[in-house]
Amino acid sequence: MENVINPLLGGIIIGVASSILFIGVGKISGISSILAHLLNKPTSIDVWKYLFIIGLLSGGFLSIYLYPEANTFVLENSVLEIIVAGLFVGFGTRLGSGCTSGHGVCGISRLSKRSITATAIFMLFGIITVAVKGVF
Amino acid sequence: MAYNIISFISGVLFSVGLVISGMTNPKKVIGFLDIFGEWDYSLAFVMIGAILVNFLVFTFVKKETPVCGDGFSLPTKSSIDWKLITGSALFGIGWGIVGICPGPGIVNLTSLSSDFVLFVGSMMTGMFIFKLTGIK
Repeated sequence: MENVINPLLGGIIIGVASSILFIGVGKISGISSILAHLLNKPTSIDVWKYLFIIGLLSGGFLSIYLYPEANTFVLENSVLEIIVAGLFVGFGTRLGSGCTSGHGVCGISRLSKRSITATAIFMLFGIITVAVKGVF
Repeated sequence: MAYNIISFISGVLFSVGLVISGMTNPKKVIGFLDIFGEWDYSLAFVMIGAILVNFLVFTFVKKETPVCGDGFSLPTKSSIDWKLITGSALFGIGWGIVGICPGPGIVNLTSLSSDFVLFVGSMMTGMFIFKLTGIK
């Protein structure tokens, strides 16, 4: 039996975080969309996006401070793989209008057909990629 | 002011949720996608927890306006088109290669590991390339 308590607890915290953003300021916590705005000229309307990202980074620092072993991950990939994966994730989430947070969490919760489709597709391609990588 | 504080707090909580859940651990994410290998199903509970909270909030909190701000910003697109499908597939491939999606990529920057700096840099480049294409 895998440990499911931490994933469930973390998931509930993520749900509370995105609910706070929605009820508090009326925004969807789609991280790839928020990040993409960093590439635009800063405007006062987008200040919340910067603060959300600063919040993400602060949460990361807080986690390292509380549990030093929490964020000590490395990628078991070559430099080329990391670059290709990053380009695919960046380009793909923009073309597909969202990632795990926007489609997978917020969209599915709103029963959006687009988000349910997107999530099924990125999970499927993630599964295929891991399976294919395992063969080589 | 409250508007910005809410966004920041949501970002911090979101980040802590990602760390506790295991979503920032690339090995764990790849184990979750490895359904034909030694499948670690535990991360399914992240989605269950997050979607449960959001679903309840979206369904039962019927407010005209958010606590701060003018209104709710919800995605307006409803059609399932080639962009949604292709973009999600590309994202899935990238996610499967490294086991990191945009949110955990940002959170992992706090460990100052060069792997994640390279990944996030490539991801932002992918988003920038998308912007250059002018696809709407």
